[in-house]
Amino acid sequence: MTGPILEVSNLNVIFSTPDGDVHAVKDASFAINESECLGVVGESGSGKSQLFMATIGLLSANGKASGSVKYRGQEILNISQPRLNKLRGSKITMIFQDPLTSLTPHMTTGAQIIEALRVHSGLPRDEAEKRAIEVLELVRIPEARRRMKQFPHELSGGMRQRVMIAMATACGPDLLIADEPTTALDVTVQAQILEIMRDLKVELKTAIVMVSHDMGVIAGVADRVAVMRHGEIVESGPVDDIFYKPRADYTKMLLDSMPRLDRPDRAGHAHVPALKNDKPLLEVEDLTVHFPVRGAGLFAKSRPLRAVDGVSFTLREGETLGIVGESGCGKSTLARAVLRLLPKTQGTVVWMTRDLSQISAGDQRRLRKELQIVFQDPLASLDPRMTIGESIAEPLKTLQTELSRDEIKRRVRKIMEQVGLEPGWINRYPHEFSGGQNQRVGIARAMIVEPKLVICDEAVSALDVSIQAQIIDLIVKLQTDFGMSMIFISHDLSVVRQISHRVMVLYLGRVVEFADRETIYKDAQHPYTKALISAVPIPDPKLERAKKRLKLSGDLPSPLDTRAQLNFLKSRLIDNADAEQYRPKLVEVAPGHLVAEHDPI
Amino acid sequence: MSVPFSDKTAQIVGLALEVKGRSLWDDARRRLFRNRAAVVSIVILGAIALAAVFGPFFLAYSFDAQNYDIVSCAPDWWPDHSVLCNAGGSHWFGTDNIGRDLLVRTLYGARVSLAVGLIATLVSLVIGVTYGATAGYLGGRIDELMMRFVDVLYSIPYIFLVIILMVIFNRNFFLLFVAIGAVEWLTMARIVRGQTLSIKQKEFIEAARAGGVGPVGIIARHIIPNVFGPVIVYVTLTVPASILAESFLSFLGLGIQEPLTSWGVLISEGAAQMETAPWMLIFPAAFMAVTLFCFNFIGDGLRDALDPKDR
Repeated sequence: MTGPILEVSNLNVIFSTPDGDVHAVKDASFAINESECLGVVGESGSGKSQLFMATIGLLSANGKASGSVKYRGQEILNISQPRLNKLRGSKITMIFQDPLTSLTPHMTTGAQIIEALRVHSGLPRDEAEKRAIEVLELVRIPEARRRMKQFPHELSGGMRQRVMIAMATACGPDLLIADEPTTALDVTVQAQILEIMRDLKVELKTAIVMVSHDMGVIAGVADRVAVMRHGEIVESGPVDDIFYKPRADYTKMLLDSMPRLDRPDRAGHAHVPALKNDKPLLEVEDLTVHFPVRGAGLFAKSRPLRAVDGVSFTLREGETLGIVGESGCGKSTLARAVLRLLPKTQGTVVWMTRDLSQISAGDQRRLRKELQIVFQDPLASLDPRMTIGESIAEPLKTLQTELSRDEIKRRVRKIMEQVGLEPGWINRYPHEFSGGQNQRVGIARAMIVEPKLVICDEAVSALDVSIQAQIIDLIVKLQTDFGMSMIFISHDLSVVRQISHRVMVLYLGRVVEFADRETIYKDAQHPYTKALISAVPIPDPKLERAKKRLKLSGDLPSPLDTRAQLNFLKSRLIDNADAEQYRPKLVEVAPGHLVAEHDPI
Repeated sequence: MSVPFSDKTAQIVGLALEVKGRSLWDDARRRLFRNRAAVVSIVILGAIALAAVFGPFFLAYSFDAQNYDIVSCAPDWWPDHSVLCNAGGSHWFGTDNIGRDLLVRTLYGARVSLAVGLIATLVSLVIGVTYGATAGYLGGRIDELMMRFVDVLYSIPYIFLVIILMVIFNRNFFLLFVAIGAVEWLTMARIVRGQTLSIKQKEFIEAARAGGVGPVGIIARHIIPNVFGPVIVYVTLTVPASILAESFLSFLGLGIQEPLTSWGVLISEGAAQMETAPWMLIFPAAFMAVTLFCFNFIGDGLRDALDPKDR
């Protein structure tokens, strides 16, 4: 076949809204060839999703597209829905970010794939079924025959996304458009999905469009890259050119903003401050948080969900402890238990030689002045009915009641300046600001009482990379200025490594490895840590291609199953989901480097 | 969607003075005033309220002055207006069966009905919001107990309750407010509790707890302002419900006492004379219907204005 599969020229998308027209895509032109992967990067609001929605005629009612989109030389922009439907789902297919909402909840996965097959290729039922099992095996779903009879909610996020890919490839498409297909998934699962997409490209000769905000993901799969900003393609070219010889300033800025696992201390970014002394500030001993979960049935016994299961660490003055782990590993629960926002089941938390569980409620309120937290979602963590000034002042008003109103206002304005907010904005509301600005407000609120410990719970995860880099720099700068300690929680190992002195890796409520930032990367010993490190995408195409991947098969198991914690120590396993299991001990392999017991690999 | 200020402009403005923020309430008000039906309703309702308060001062007749020369006279412009009635001066709405001016009585009725609606709603608002927010925020066993108590009160037939109260304490203007309000707060408490449960999960509540704010502070400063949207919508529905409840009680003869009147009383009297003197029913009924319509339109407009996303 000659010529490109899809050719888009001068595509414009305009949405009419009550506040005026929004020009979402401006004069976009590109082409995709057979078995080629085009990566499209951009930050939120860059129009990258709308570009492809327009291409396949899925714009919302207030959107209008103009220009030209040619599929194998045939114009498909703004053609009638029935004609478009012949192409969509068979020749051009799409995968979305959230695999749960893209699957119909009341149909089994098998029925949905078979339906797609029968509509588009008119196969008889039994052949369609055979083909469905084939594609499910192609995306490496174990026990494909059994999975066919399951409903979407019975599958994990990674499994669902595989089903989506299977469905999209079932009819042998020429072009697969994947819109942030791995954004909602954990890194180890993301690595598996990306692997599948890479193989599809080779095996089926399908052209793939990969839309993502993550330069690392793009570096791993794309052959050519288009960088989008404010609806325009600012730069496009072969992947190596974009990454090694970027021409547009925006591309350079994006690349510079990406935290890199292999290079934690980069020029132009804040570096972690050196520790002044070894005084322990916080000592956590065997901290355990269990949630009772009731089984099905009227008289079912409740079983403990071991969210945090015996975690110990000490934190020194001015130190940053990074906590990494995938969803459900108990990292947020740990933070809340330390702050006593959640009750603990067992263990002790000693703050500056005082046991936090022994002190009175009044003292505990006073202690809040020393322990503060910054949350993940900047908008949700601010009261929408309060001005940002009121939000920032709140801890001050409750914890230091002796201050006068003028003094409070003076301090609010001062801290606003320190976190890079204009003090004149004091009377404005959260919804008037962007995510990054709101996160600055959250940081100001935590910092105004000059705490000794700040816990950042995924504080930069919801932000665009360029904003993320600014906020990380701000946090490090504040730490240098104020000298506070930090616990920095994230699922992103590259960010954690950049900002922390020591890193703790959590797996299903337990510590699997604990070491300083250099050792954890260069001398990781636990298989989980290794898998995590190899799964993190690095924005460097040559490194990505050369990378040997250590894959974990399958998804994260349920923390309710006691067997799960022994996934890396199968030799000690008792095969009963409810049994008390052996608890792997932490072994000190080198001074300050703790590794959980595990079977040799 | 709000568009965040570009940094440059904000800096320029910010240096000069503190920018006045645009709160969610400001946004809601702007949207409400764009809703034509709601604005017209507000104007009409305002006119009725003004007429009820000030109207009687400008009228020549007193609400309880009887004139037996002009019993059951049709309004001056009524097709079969009797010439005999002209002796009693002009009556735009006609007179009732003991010769009282119906316009003045309708306006007096409006005073009472609107007052009942507003005061009963206020009672239900204060009790319901505090009770619901407390139950929802504290949760667990306390919530369970508090809400079961509401369920028990719900199951008592309220008309009987009111009748018993009226019998024990005699018919009393003030008791009427309390009785209706005491019934209306139950639904309010449920609505507020439900909202509180969902707001409680939000991160900003956790942020406030981390900032050392106690339960009272959280309920007063964070929960109540945030449940106010749905509450205000429900209020606009409670006012007409209370007006209806009052007229229902008055219709049964349990409400307002003569010579004082309310729309309910007037409609009840009018209904008795419907065939001979239809105007006695038409005017108070029309006023009440228009008022209820207005409240419903305003409620609808407020709902759309407060959460435009759900539309």
